[in-house]
Amino acid sequence: MEKIITAHKLTKRFGDFTAVNQISFAIQKGEIFGFLGANGAGKTTAMRMLCGLSMPSSGEATVAGFDIYRENEKIKRSIGYMSQKFSLYDDLTVKENMRFYGGIYGMTDTFIRDKTASILEQLHLEKEGDKLVGSLPLGWKQKLAFSVAIFHDPPIVFLDEPTGGVDPVTRREFWSMIYQASAAGITIFVTTHYMDEAEYCNRVSIMVDGRIEALDTPAQLKQTYQAKSMDGVFLKLARKATRAAD
Amino acid sequence: MKQFIAFVKKEFIHIWRDRQTLLILLGMPIVQIVIFGFALTNEVKNAKIAILDQSKDAATASLITELASSRYFEIEKELSSYQQIETEFHKGKIKMAVVLPSRFQEDLLHFNKASVQLIADASDPNVANTLTNYATAIIMDYQKRITQDRQLPYTIHTEMRMLYNPQQKGAFNFVPGVMAMVLLLVCTMMTAITIVKEKEMGTMEIMLVSPMKPIMVVVAKAFPYLVLSLVNITSILLLSRFVLGVPINGSLFLLVVESILFTMVSLSLGLLVSTSAESQQTAMFISLVALLLPTIMLSGFMFPLENMPLPLRVVSNLIPAKWYYNIVKSVMIKGLPFQAVWKETLILAGMMVFLLVLAIRKFKIRLS
Amino acid sequence: MRTLKFLLQKEFRQIFRDPAILRIIFIMPVIQLLVLPWAADYETKNIKLAVVDHDHSAYTRQLLNKITASGYFILNEYGSSYRQSLQQVENDKADLILEIPAHFEKDLVKEEKATLFMAINAINGVKANLGGSYLQKIIQDYNSEVRTEWIQFPRFSPETQIAVTSSNWFNPLMNYKYFMVPGILVILLTMVGTNLTAINIVKEKEIGTIEQINVTPIHKYTFILGKLLPFWLLGMIVLTLGLLIAYLFYGILPLGSFFTIYVFAAIYLFAVLGLGLLVSTYASNQQQAMLLSFFLMMIFILLGGLYTSIDSMPEWAQWITRFNPVSYFIEVMRMVVLKGSTLSDIRNYLYIMMGFALFFNGWAVISYRKRS
Repeated sequence: MEKIITAHKLTKRFGDFTAVNQISFAIQKGEIFGFLGANGAGKTTAMRMLCGLSMPSSGEATVAGFDIYRENEKIKRSIGYMSQKFSLYDDLTVKENMRFYGGIYGMTDTFIRDKTASILEQLHLEKEGDKLVGSLPLGWKQKLAFSVAIFHDPPIVFLDEPTGGVDPVTRREFWSMIYQASAAGITIFVTTHYMDEAEYCNRVSIMVDGRIEALDTPAQLKQTYQAKSMDGVFLKLARKATRAAD
Repeated sequence: MKQFIAFVKKEFIHIWRDRQTLLILLGMPIVQIVIFGFALTNEVKNAKIAILDQSKDAATASLITELASSRYFEIEKELSSYQQIETEFHKGKIKMAVVLPSRFQEDLLHFNKASVQLIADASDPNVANTLTNYATAIIMDYQKRITQDRQLPYTIHTEMRMLYNPQQKGAFNFVPGVMAMVLLLVCTMMTAITIVKEKEMGTMEIMLVSPMKPIMVVVAKAFPYLVLSLVNITSILLLSRFVLGVPINGSLFLLVVESILFTMVSLSLGLLVSTSAESQQTAMFISLVALLLPTIMLSGFMFPLENMPLPLRVVSNLIPAKWYYNIVKSVMIKGLPFQAVWKETLILAGMMVFLLVLAIRKFKIRLS
Repeated sequence: MRTLKFLLQKEFRQIFRDPAILRIIFIMPVIQLLVLPWAADYETKNIKLAVVDHDHSAYTRQLLNKITASGYFILNEYGSSYRQSLQQVENDKADLILEIPAHFEKDLVKEEKATLFMAINAINGVKANLGGSYLQKIIQDYNSEVRTEWIQFPRFSPETQIAVTSSNWFNPLMNYKYFMVPGILVILLTMVGTNLTAINIVKEKEIGTIEQINVTPIHKYTFILGKLLPFWLLGMIVLTLGLLIAYLFYGILPLGSFFTIYVFAAIYLFAVLGLGLLVSTYASNQQQAMLLSFFLMMIFILLGGLYTSIDSMPEWAQWITRFNPVSYFIEVMRMVVLKGSTLSDIRNYLYIMMGFALFFNGWAVISYRKRS
């Protein structure tokens, strides 16, 4: 299979503090890759480097075949990103947000119109299209943010704790959206600290104190660490952590 | 009370963590007081003037020397024709032209009469006025000296004494004004924006569900800025005393107490702004853009209040900085006791109560 | 270019969706322009005079009449002692004390000389100085009247008299509003422009939407231009409103052309917005942005040459004013409105302002990084 994201000894230091410590991995095209870890383990920083938002201190990485040092602007054409902070504009309507983000990715008006319609239909939000995003419940906003992140049909999408703070039903719906995207051929890179969500991933890596402690399929991990659930795997690894969560 | 202290502590930690803001907050008044203390003066010094001397004799020469040696004027150009005056004004460099007609000395010697024409660029009328007055005074002095040389009988002498500020330093007038502005704006802005920020982020609600009374939550937010203002008051007073040479003639204790009162008025104003602003941006526009100019122009330190039309004099009474400016002038520079400023103090206290009550009422309405 | 269109569309939508801020942007300058120019008269007049007359003679009455007739002084306090009058000064009921000693008239007539005492509240040094010299001038005039009464002068008076005539060009009626209204407009425009830009971008930083934009392939020049243009337009509208008020309420029509003002303002606004942009790239939250812009605004306004003359400032402060865009626009406004200067008269200022615009925006673009 084609490797769409590779990282080799990727490191990020802030002063004396090493947030991400020499991580290496490779992600196959079409995979759902879970990035697990406690708060403060370095997940978000690692993701931000891959997205071109943060300059690595050392190491190498490519995303969609582009080098993250030199070709970060090219990478941006090939990825979608949904940040931890909710990042649609509260004071724009659902449609206006889509139009805006579609527009700055250079999509045509027809494309934007059709895509907006199909997303709203898919999310059953046809009536809410002209409502301000700020007035919608969090779960809907989250699903919208995901739809906007893949609005321009990128080959890869990065999701940073996309389901933080939403109810279990919405979380399940959200994951079904991720599966749909994956089925459409989009590679998914997702960070989470919900261990049950790890089970939905093809492969997961577990980060502890800035390093990748384990990387495999959920089934393999459970076997290796002799645990019944991913929770068990995680607890065994996370106990080694010395870094305090923030 | 314990809860209150806990809240105040939390606010202090917020402020302490954000070192960058803290640095601006404490450093800014220092820089401002120094810059404005030295740079601001409504005296017009070193104004560039042009001279058209059509006489070129000993008398005009000595009069020109008089003008040039005063600190008010700097002779930029000697003109040779009347037409040149307009060209020079258009270039915008000179502010006034002095025309000395031909036969100046002859007229003076034979007829004891001569004339001088002053032409001012009145596009800034205030400067034009001041310059004309300065020049007239210098010429009058010159005339007086010639007369005195002749020992005329029946002479009225005048003795003049400059009270409070014998060297007529600009800082004596502007330091109290800048103090009022800095304290007012910093306190109002900071309180307004911190509270609105919590509203925006939704953390305000978390605090409001705590068992503490809502008003205490708000007061706790404003309290650290009172302490910061004390630090600012101290640094401003030290600077004005030791760097700018503005004396503290009255009681330091009284001055500090009055400053605290004024700070509290500003904090209450900030609270009121915060209750009516939904976003930090609105809070900022109200507390900065809407307050800055009126405070500069209507508190009396820039423009004399007695020259203003009646409606504006009435409006100026609503500007807290006006009262504080009067208090600082009286206590700091004139060295007067509390009895001289009790009225102003009472007005400030009244303003504080009024603003606070209004803020609390609006705040309650929002909650219910 | 297409991306820019989407950016602009979004910014305008957001601006018009926040009526609170929109109201403030337009109403606040209007109110301030209507009210504040009336306050800006610092001609020294209405000096409050306290008189301590120990003589009560015909001469002192004549002198006091002359003083009140001059129009500069308001004589509202007669004190019985210097001490008492000093108290009037302390309470701000008097600015100037004139003490006439006992036997003033007798001394003047018999001893052929007499002395008057003046004490002036000099906290405002300029006012004190001018007040003092006005009073001296009146006393001098009175002195010559007394002399002519007693001495039969030869054909030409032995007293030298230099007649000073003064004329005020460009603004013969000395209407200070012609100067203040455009000046205040410049300041308001500056505050609105800088603060809008600074806060707007910092806000996107705070809520995290800027990161969402940084992860898109959008070019940073496009992004910044998309931010500047809407505020530039708002600024031009505020300017137009201001000029309209200047005409309707103060009857101010520039002697020069509106075109000149607009050309300069167009460039000026880019400079000022660039400054706001710069503030936003260095401020990490709205609080900081606000404090920074407060700091800059105070300096720009107070050292802008509108309130106090730049020539009177110490050398180092004059250097600061050279980096103050406000001082250039105030000067240009004065030249165009009152002196009728043309584009070619102000071309040096235009070049300087272009420099400012390039410098601020260039700096802001360079220091704005999509990747940290």
